[in-house]
Amino acid sequence: MRASGFPFLVPMLALSVAFFALPLALLVAYSFAGETGPSLENYAKFLGDPFNFRVLLNTARLGLETVLGTTLLGIPIALLFWHSGQRVRQAIIFLTLIPMLTSNVVRTFAWIVILGRQGPISESLMALGLTGGPISLMFTELGLVLAMTQIDLPLIILPLVAILSRLPRNLTEAAEVSGAGPWRVFVTVLLPLMLPALLAGWILVYASTSASFVTQAVIGGARNVYVPQLIYREVGTLFDWPLASAIAVVLLFTTGILLLVLSMLSRHRRLVGHG
Amino acid sequence: MARYQTNPLPEWLYKMFVFGFGTLCLMFLIAPIVLALVMSFTGGQTLKFPPEGFSLRWYQALLDPVRSSTEHIAAFNSLKIAALAVLGALLFAVPAAIGASRVRRNTANAIEPLLLSPLVLPSLVYGLAALIVANLIGIRPSLWLTIAGHIVVFGPLMYRSVAVVAQGLDPSLEEASTLMGASWLTTLRRVTLPLLLPGILAGAFLVFIQSLDNVSISLFLADPSTTVLPLRMFALIEEGLDVRVAAMSGILITVVLIGLLIGRRALGKSQTS
Repeated sequence: MRASGFPFLVPMLALSVAFFALPLALLVAYSFAGETGPSLENYAKFLGDPFNFRVLLNTARLGLETVLGTTLLGIPIALLFWHSGQRVRQAIIFLTLIPMLTSNVVRTFAWIVILGRQGPISESLMALGLTGGPISLMFTELGLVLAMTQIDLPLIILPLVAILSRLPRNLTEAAEVSGAGPWRVFVTVLLPLMLPALLAGWILVYASTSASFVTQAVIGGARNVYVPQLIYREVGTLFDWPLASAIAVVLLFTTGILLLVLSMLSRHRRLVGHG
Repeated sequence: MARYQTNPLPEWLYKMFVFGFGTLCLMFLIAPIVLALVMSFTGGQTLKFPPEGFSLRWYQALLDPVRSSTEHIAAFNSLKIAALAVLGALLFAVPAAIGASRVRRNTANAIEPLLLSPLVLPSLVYGLAALIVANLIGIRPSLWLTIAGHIVVFGPLMYRSVAVVAQGLDPSLEEASTLMGASWLTTLRRVTLPLLLPGILAGAFLVFIQSLDNVSISLFLADPSTTVLPLRMFALIEEGLDVRVAAMSGILITVVLIGLLIGRRALGKSQTS
């Protein structure tokens, strides 16, 4: 007889409840803490300030732009994976895992070199005569979106690759035999099957980008401020923890909205077929 | 065969898109890592790319015990945190993964989202939540609090990679062992754990690497006098781009490459299923 499984689960369950769920619940409770009792004043204070509100919008835009970037680059890589043999498939997974597992600070550092005045972008543009002098994409939103797209690309490739590697290779034969060209096969057969992975990837990319404190701070610089920096400022220098909690809840809320919209879309019949 | 559809986009364009553009995208994905590796061998004073010459000077500077004493302390702290986070993950997540493979599927499906949720929450938010709780019960930020935070946040990585293996385990192997008179402890030690080893090693590597990389949790939970490696790198970058950061990057990338080459199979499986 095998020992029953449940007792093995208890320690980690207890850990998750006591050290994860409870602190999170407390964070939410803290965000409603006012001078005299429960109130919405922290939220009013945060959202009422036009600067903060713009920071919130910028963060959402950064997240959405990175979602777009990773999708545009992730789909060709996923198709390359689909059309390749076993060896190339292994290589693609390997090449995706290297950046994924490399430290975020290291990847951010690499982008400082790439985007800087003496970096390859600036040097090649000068060599082509497209700019008069050296240019820098550091401290620009474009530079940050480029960096975040590369940094978060594995988050969309891995779910895509996971789905595609389970599909039989002769899946598209019927469509091809009946005369559908590769574009049509892609749009009508492969893309609908890839959609659940894309939805999962979009959530991961958005959540990761909107909270990537280090990359935002280093590459965005002082002129491009995002929500995580506001949280850090409230905690580290202004010591207003209830306000910091409210900002954190708002940050989670924006990801929650995206999750809600996407899960509603994925239930839409036209998009996912009649599954 | 007659073609019924008119195709506005020709087939060669598709091939270009997949094999041409797809390969370019793959290069875009890996290029920054290669660049950081090349940069670490620069002979120059600055982060100009391509470098003007190659040398090991920045590795030498990084290993110099006097010049880089702060970095050494930070690295030691980070290694200690990461090692203990792995230990904690082993103690909590491995039993949980074994347990989840033995309870009814519905029960496991109900519990799993709770166990995995720390992976989805931005660790910055978790750092703040943990700081609030610690403050309420009167615990000051410390190395130990940071380690506890890392176990909670990265333990699920261990759970996930062990659970993938545990779910695929053939129960008859364990039954055979007990039928031949082995106690459940012997069965666990001699049959179950060896079978789970690839998942455990992959999980240990993931927890170690993620812990070594984390900034947000240490930012809130470590006391200000304790520096950790990524925070030190962050500081060196902000203070004016010390080239030793390139050498640090070179070492960290090498660690990832070695780990990946050794555990390619298990890691690939745990990340794509």
